[in-house]
Amino acid sequence: MIWETSKLAIQAIFRNALRSFLTVLGVVIGVAAVITMVTLGQGTTARVTSEVAQLGSNLLMILPGQSGGGPAAAGASAASFTLGDVNAVADQIPGVLTAAPYASRSMTIIFGAEHHTSAVIGTDNRYFIARDWPLATGRDFYESELQAGSAACIIGDTTRDIFFGAGDPVGETIRVGQISCRIIGVLVSRGSSSFGSDQDDTVIMPLRTFQRRIAGNADVNMIYVAVRDGFATAKVTRDVELLMRERRQISPGEDDNFNVFDMEQVASMLSTVTGVLTGLLAAVAGVSLLVGGIGIMNIMLVSVTERTKEIGIRLAIGALEGQVLMQFLVEAVVLSLFGGIIGIALGLGLAAFAGGFLDIPFVIDPIVIFGAFAFSAVIGVIFGYFPARRAARLNPIEALRHE
Amino acid sequence: MAARSRQQSGPPEEAEILIDLKDITKVFGSGEAEVRALRGIDLEIARGEFVAIMGPSGSGKSTAMNIIGCLDGPTAGTYLFGGVNVGDIGRNQRALLRRNFLGFVFQGYNLLARTSALDNVELPLIYQGMAVAARRRLALEALERVGLAGREHHDPSQLSGGQQQRVAIARAIVSRPDVVLADEPTGNLDSEKSRDIMDLLAALNRDEGMTIVMVTHEPDMAAYADRLIQFRDGRIESDGKTGEVA
Repeated sequence: MIWETSKLAIQAIFRNALRSFLTVLGVVIGVAAVITMVTLGQGTTARVTSEVAQLGSNLLMILPGQSGGGPAAAGASAASFTLGDVNAVADQIPGVLTAAPYASRSMTIIFGAEHHTSAVIGTDNRYFIARDWPLATGRDFYESELQAGSAACIIGDTTRDIFFGAGDPVGETIRVGQISCRIIGVLVSRGSSSFGSDQDDTVIMPLRTFQRRIAGNADVNMIYVAVRDGFATAKVTRDVELLMRERRQISPGEDDNFNVFDMEQVASMLSTVTGVLTGLLAAVAGVSLLVGGIGIMNIMLVSVTERTKEIGIRLAIGALEGQVLMQFLVEAVVLSLFGGIIGIALGLGLAAFAGGFLDIPFVIDPIVIFGAFAFSAVIGVIFGYFPARRAARLNPIEALRHE
Repeated sequence: MAARSRQQSGPPEEAEILIDLKDITKVFGSGEAEVRALRGIDLEIARGEFVAIMGPSGSGKSTAMNIIGCLDGPTAGTYLFGGVNVGDIGRNQRALLRRNFLGFVFQGYNLLARTSALDNVELPLIYQGMAVAARRRLALEALERVGLAGREHHDPSQLSGGQQQRVAIARAIVSRPDVVLADEPTGNLDSEKSRDIMDLLAALNRDEGMTIVMVTHEPDMAAYADRLIQFRDGRIESDGKTGEVA
């Protein structure tokens, strides 16, 4: 009987193909909007997560600065770190794979007639381990270069592209501010990060070279800490905090004058933000689904009036109230399911198209698709019920008399 | 034809009483707008009878047909169908009664548009829940019985009025009902087509013993029946063998 009813419903829908299409247009647009928003949102989340993972999901960053941010924090700017701090973190805390110093400044790089502003970083070989960032060509720093503060540098892929194009940069000399620096290696491309900066637009030199010849001090602006696999970053974070409090001579009760960022925390925070935004956009799109449902109800009511005679015939030859109700309900559900399916396809297509422009990966979530499908069925039931009940309760004699 | 009908002079005395109306009244509206459509009808129809109902418009004949056909219930009185009181049963029970024991033929054919003759005839069996193969066979048999073999896949719009009415008759008899109720079945047809339809109904009554109750306002058509009941002002004015009533 259900099969017969569904067949009748599908026949009725195709009998009025244009009207059926216009009816479901609302649901099509609503479902397509929701699917597009959610798919793009999830693509963004996936991209942010993968970028943070690329940065190193088991990576901690130690930055100077007041952690509490209370009134006491104002004014006093916190001291930088030293190489001694870096070595202490690397050697004394269990679970630390390595710790790398990081000092940087934005500077103009010159090669021949070309000039370009890049991020100049002073560090050592541990930086490449902490960031899990291999070389494409050339070599990393010799211990002697690090000790002596030699003018040797390793450049990122963007910097290489700007100055050398297809040529081999290793062995060439570039000018970084006041110093001439020989290129010994090129890093593999990392791509731009979601924080907006191009990680490959960089020139890396030994920390000592940077400190003496560019910064003119012995500061380390930031410490990268790579946590060994299998160790909890939360535990390592706590150990780092205790060690740094001790080294920076912070008395008990006093606030930290440094911050430890866990990239996993940052990742989950960003995911939460994109998730909330996705939800909001989907909710706005959902309003159009509601409007689509009202459109279906409207057409079903017209359909009941138009088909009063047919309903009368069916009732006269012995259709039960429930059977007529079911016929119209199934028709509404089939109609809105059609709309849902078209909307899902359209939404995925739009998301793939827009994602291509916005450089957002195309992530299909089966739960969202199933949800949209189920939701359109529910729309059909809710907005189809009232017209279906009206049809089922018609008086057969009056319905038959209807022209 | 009329002569043949007269030979079958009414039901035998021992025939089972199928339809038994006792003091049926029907009132529409209330207060100022009250209309007393039936003012106490007593009527017995036996199995196998072919009854014609006549009367001017407003005489209550259509209301009586609706009550006999279980499309409507009486305001007061008793209606026994096959000995069972069906006067005050619910809406769905009336639908079940129509589905299983009654067949309808209307003046305007009332076929489903854009639906093949076969599908139209199958419809009552679909509502009975019959399996596809069985109902297809019965529907084809019914279409053959009304002389429409070979036209089962035509839409109503592709059939003449007479053919459409034959499809409607096939639909009415396909579930082998106890009674076929025909409400002015020839009202939309010319006299030749009307005679064809009446011949068909008379044959169903004669050959298969089908009980037929027909409303008409054409004496020629009423002549096909064995018994003629005349309504006037919500009452039965006369009731007798076709030949005896003026």
